Amino acid sequence: MAKVFKKTKMLTDAHLHYCPGCTHGIVHRLVAESIEELGLQDKAIGIAPVGCAVFAYDYFNCDMQEAAHGRAPAVATGIKRCLPDRLVFVCQGDGDLASIGMAETVHAAARGENITIIFINNSIYGMTGGQMAPTTLIGQKATTCQNGRDPAVNGYPIRVCELLATLDAPYYIERVSTHDVKHVLAAKKAIKKALRFQAEGRGYSFVEVLVSCPTNWHMKPIEALRFMAEETSKTFPLGVYRDKSEGRE
Amino acid sequence: MIRILLAGQGGQGVLSAGKMLAESGLWEGKEVSYLPAYGPEMRGGTANCSVIISDEEIASPLCNNPDVLIAMNGPSFHKFAPRVRSGGIVIVNGSLSDCYAGRDDISVYDIAANDIAMQAGDIRSANNVILGALCQITHIVKDKSIINCLNEKFVGKPALMEINARAFELGKAAVESGGER
Amino acid sequence: MAKILLHGTEAICEGAIRNGCRAFFGYPITPQNEVPEYMSVNMPKVGGVFVQAESEVAAINMVYGAAGAGVRAMTSSSSPGISLKQEGISYISCARIPCVIVNVMRAGPGLGGILPAQGDYFQATKGGGHGDYHLIVLAPCSAQEACDLTYLAFDLSDKYRVPAMILADGMIGQIMEPVELPPMRPLSDIPKKDWATDGGYGKDRRVLNSLIIKAEELEPHVNALQKTYDEIAANEQRCEEYMIKDAEIVITAYGTVARICKSAAKTLRKEGIKAGVIRPVTLFPFPSKAYERAAEKAEAFLTVELSLGQMVEDVRLAVNGKKPVSFYGRTGGNVMDEEEIVRAAKSALARAREGK
Repeated sequence: MAKVFKKTKMLTDAHLHYCPGCTHGIVHRLVAESIEELGLQDKAIGIAPVGCAVFAYDYFNCDMQEAAHGRAPAVATGIKRCLPDRLVFVCQGDGDLASIGMAETVHAAARGENITIIFINNSIYGMTGGQMAPTTLIGQKATTCQNGRDPAVNGYPIRVCELLATLDAPYYIERVSTHDVKHVLAAKKAIKKALRFQAEGRGYSFVEVLVSCPTNWHMKPIEALRFMAEETSKTFPLGVYRDKSEGRE
Repeated sequence: MIRILLAGQGGQGVLSAGKMLAESGLWEGKEVSYLPAYGPEMRGGTANCSVIISDEEIASPLCNNPDVLIAMNGPSFHKFAPRVRSGGIVIVNGSLSDCYAGRDDISVYDIAANDIAMQAGDIRSANNVILGALCQITHIVKDKSIINCLNEKFVGKPALMEINARAFELGKAAVESGGER
Repeated sequence: MAKILLHGTEAICEGAIRNGCRAFFGYPITPQNEVPEYMSVNMPKVGGVFVQAESEVAAINMVYGAAGAGVRAMTSSSSPGISLKQEGISYISCARIPCVIVNVMRAGPGLGGILPAQGDYFQATKGGGHGDYHLIVLAPCSAQEACDLTYLAFDLSDKYRVPAMILADGMIGQIMEPVELPPMRPLSDIPKKDWATDGGYGKDRRVLNSLIIKAEELEPHVNALQKTYDEIAANEQRCEEYMIKDAEIVITAYGTVARICKSAAKTLRKEGIKAGVIRPVTLFPFPSKAYERAAEKAEAFLTVELSLGQMVEDVRLAVNGKKPVSFYGRTGGNVMDEEEIVRAAKSALARAREGK
């Protein structure tokens, strides 16, 4: 019988700790597969964030550094500037990237660091148990806004792709989703492209991946995927926000 | 060991004169230290620095009670003259200050540095006039050392080198012609 | 090699560059701006990296990345900026990444003032950030030492895999003195780091991490750190002892303040009072042995600091009640002069003799 699927060697054999129905693990696989397919596994150095992906250093089968909360882009800057021929990739969640680490996020992008940021947006603080995130939707419930996010009290969600697209330096910015197979495949394409651009020395690449959180959204996995398709992607429209290789400024 | 406090206004070349002195001392193989006062003062009006030149290791780099005060303007003169140690020397820029220190246990030299500098060709060399006077009075470093350092700093600018050397000489001469009050 | 006249900050930079520092990350704050300025010009000349970070927080994390990748890396700041770096320093300590952090102290607390102070002694020597850890802390008293101790800091930090701090006061930041520079050390001469994350795959992969979530794993990790600190304390105590042999009164201070104390000791000797000075060069490890020895003979100790009394606690622990330890300090950016120290020393000695 023909083998149609095998696990990439860029992932270790460690069991992922993600909750049932969460699509975060898929993104790790996409990143790992892309690195392997590009033949860059011997050059890869990854940065794990603080948040749901904090144990990413156990999953990726390459050199890893675990960064302080929000500081992964600064850590990546330090590595990449010293070792410019390595592939430096960063996984960050919405709290890490868009809240506590917003300064590092914006400045690494503004400097045009030749690194790849994979931004996991699930609109919630998963690891700490469901608190409001900078990307929580209007009306979406969280343990720190139990009646739903109220703009008058909690402000509005931050659209990071759009924000970074105001900067001159970034080379590639795209938002993708993981709510169905078609979108997962598109996400893979975007992630691989981002990593390839880095390997080609083109500059800062950023892929925002919408991910579900059935546990903290208090939904069944299928419901959560439907919510992403119908609600999350309304606030966070999918698409390419910058691709200098296609002249999209 | 000699402790020199140089004080004046930003732009009068007080700090560069201090560095020049320290460089000259080092050039002669002496122990030196140069400590500029910094802080809001650095950006506001006054500028001052402490220079110590010594034959032995310099312990404290501070100059709270200097052996020599160089005061490039009136406010510096009046602020620091009371701190000069008894028996010490004050060289004051007479072009921009009176020279009444209100005490008779120090020697005050009145050198009209700005006027002399203009005579030398550039008012900005007033600091070099004062360095000339200082060398003439104290012999703390050799004339040659200062001139060498100045020439090194202004290498490629022969016109300025000439003006500086002239200012230095005129400063020395001003002491001879009875600068002391 | 001939001596050249250098600023303390330039001396720090040269000490770093000449011992293989090839990455510098900083953020402007007075009174240490000359460090990033000098590095921005001179790092590229040796093929090194300079980044002006968006904050002190980012700068220390860039150090984490660069040093973690195996490069000798440094950051510099002054007191408020060093407070911001504490999170990163704690992570770096736990992950055992060697690096050098320069603190040109200014007067605090808060935004404080920009003039010289020594109020960060506790922060530097007792940990500073969260958790059980220490830095190797070196306190230069001259431009020459600013160069030499920064040079040394890289070697000590690499040797023990413990970050090192240069704790200087504002005067070190501004002073210009003759410095004899060490020769440029070839990078090939610096021992390889078999733990660095510089691109390893599969069985060669390495992880730098400060998350050790299982209690049964974190305790041995912290114990191993402590064992290293004990080794450092046993091997690396450094201090200058000045006219200590017959001293009746031992004046003790670190950094440039110690130089004022030396002038005071000379003056006291002229007046017939046998004074000496102990100047700790390493603040962690604290050179306790020197105090234990001095406490056998001296009648009294006087600790002098640009703070309200921080190092004095370590002096008292080292003297261990054998002799009275007095304190004299100034704050706010004011620097005591020789005469103040002379007076304080006389009064400390008199009190000791009266048995107070």
